[in-house]
Amino acid sequence: MAAEPVLAVDDLRVTIATRRGPARVVNGVSWAVAPGETLAVVGESGSGKSVSVLSLLGLVPRPPATVTGRATFQGQDLVALPEEALRKVRGPGIAMVFQDPMTSLNPVLTVGRQLTEGMEVHLGLDRRAATERAAELLDLVGIPSPRERLASYPHHLSGGMRQRVMIAVALSCEPAVLIADEATTALDVTIQAQIVELIAELQRELGMAVVWITHDLGVVAGIADRVAVMYAGRIVEEGAVDDLYADPRHPYTRGLLASLPVLGDRARGGEGRHPADLAVIPGLPPDPVHLPPGCPFHPRCPVRADERCATEEPPLRPVPGARGPAPHRVATFYDLPPEDRR
Amino acid sequence: MTALDDTPAGPAEAGQVAAPDEAVGARGLLRALLRNRLAAAALVVLAIFVVVAVLGERLAPYGRNEVSSADKLRAPSLEHPFGTDQLGRDVLSRVLIGAEPSLRVGLVAVGIALVAGVVLGLVAGYYRGLVDDVVMRCMDVLFAFPAILLAIAVMAIRGRGATNAMIAIGVVYTPIFARVTRASVLTVREQVFVRAARSIGAGDLRIMTRHVLPNVAAPIIVQTSISLAFAILAEAALSFIGLGTQPPEPSWGRMLADGRGFIQDAWWMAVFPGLAIFAVVLSFNVTGDALRDALDPRQRSAIESAAGRG
Repeated sequence: MAAEPVLAVDDLRVTIATRRGPARVVNGVSWAVAPGETLAVVGESGSGKSVSVLSLLGLVPRPPATVTGRATFQGQDLVALPEEALRKVRGPGIAMVFQDPMTSLNPVLTVGRQLTEGMEVHLGLDRRAATERAAELLDLVGIPSPRERLASYPHHLSGGMRQRVMIAVALSCEPAVLIADEATTALDVTIQAQIVELIAELQRELGMAVVWITHDLGVVAGIADRVAVMYAGRIVEEGAVDDLYADPRHPYTRGLLASLPVLGDRARGGEGRHPADLAVIPGLPPDPVHLPPGCPFHPRCPVRADERCATEEPPLRPVPGARGPAPHRVATFYDLPPEDRR
Repeated sequence: MTALDDTPAGPAEAGQVAAPDEAVGARGLLRALLRNRLAAAALVVLAIFVVVAVLGERLAPYGRNEVSSADKLRAPSLEHPFGTDQLGRDVLSRVLIGAEPSLRVGLVAVGIALVAGVVLGLVAGYYRGLVDDVVMRCMDVLFAFPAILLAIAVMAIRGRGATNAMIAIGVVYTPIFARVTRASVLTVREQVFVRAARSIGAGDLRIMTRHVLPNVAAPIIVQTSISLAFAILAEAALSFIGLGTQPPEPSWGRMLADGRGFIQDAWWMAVFPGLAIFAVVLSFNVTGDALRDALDPRQRSAIESAAGRG
């Protein structure tokens, strides 16, 4: 990390009380983003990646959840901040784009009214000024004839358009950090690419930090500076995007990468992977109420090269030879040999 | 749409909460209502009664308490189309004049229940937890009493008269509005757009009034229409037993009570005010049903496709 981080999460833990007992959903996650930087938090459903960011903004109801750790944002600890103060952070401080643009817009309000909401709350703009700026925002996110669109209802718009509107809503208060929670998951592939590119462009323009939450390593490969791979509420591997993709060191990361389809035709000597060859990680992520002792991945792990895997939790440690301000780190007791990629 | 990218909006929205289709705004709703002939007729009936209630005495051929001992208990005739009562008062005039107190008590009572019930249901459903438990258990207690008994109890405390009848009926119908509102709020509060509004810094009050309330409006509108029917019936019942509108003011319930004693000799004394109650209550009920159909897009499209096949 070159610059001072704008948001630094330190040892964040989220436990949710359930009928079956406490579910340890996030178990000591630490990361940081600097202005202009893009961090991708990757993991499958239930890995705690969404809850970890939602809890930063107080969007996980407490109780039943309890949140500990620190999240330093502009000199304040978000975890300890009371609701009123947190409300001032949401929007101008940290804004979010959610997964499903079909449900994240209110069906009975016009696009314009939803866009001006944040500005009315935080910037104290009057109706006319807010409307003016709303049109500019729609233009910024690439919606044609923005002025007319302000009067549209969400159901007049297609999925990609709605996601653009959501991005405009999130940007309306010029956030320092934009969190995109599976923001492309519900969209089809060509529109995914457009939305990813749009956010990257806006980031360059506005200089905000972006945190991408996704289960799809492919989506973030081109845009992230750093990647943190989460499993069962822990970061199991992190590093600069190139290091991590070129030389994944955790068996789980390798499994994730092997499960991605790769374009290209093997028959022509390319490196493509046929759908039938896509690897599957056997088993399911552990139940957060009954986390296994030791490394949470060990029941599914094909390697298990150390006997401590089943009893001790492997800490994140730098990979041998890792350098730089954001070294490649992995949570294993052993070093895997370089991967044999056919 | 001049979409450069983008898939068409999928069928995903069909299953959404109150996705307003063409029913955006009152005009679309009215159009949908008028397409239903029964509802259109009911609306016409209601409109007539509203006009009668507003004009009241000016429409009546005789004064509200114009007695004529020579014309006691006359059968319907050209002179007295609905006959006269035991004091020689014109029944038609009293039915016309009686529309105003009957409708007013019903409207105000439902207004009280609507405001109180919606606020309580909204707060209970939005905050859940202790607030929800306390509010809804109180509503359950009110709900446990038979409606008319509760109204009589309230009037026993506050005394008789039209104003107290409004309050009593309002109290009786508050739990229904609270329940209907809370049930809808419970589903809407979990919607992503509520979380999205919160993530941009909207506070509880703003989320409740701007995001949740418009999305729960449909069932509340339907409940209002149906409750109006029951409230008018309740006003008639309270006046019938002598607690509501006080004599000599005409009120349909009061006239029914007076006519009861003469049902053998002068059927018109009870039948005409009874018919008026019947017409208003039926119209409100029909309108309520039609509103429910019009506000539920899924049901509406089902009706339209059925009509298309027939």
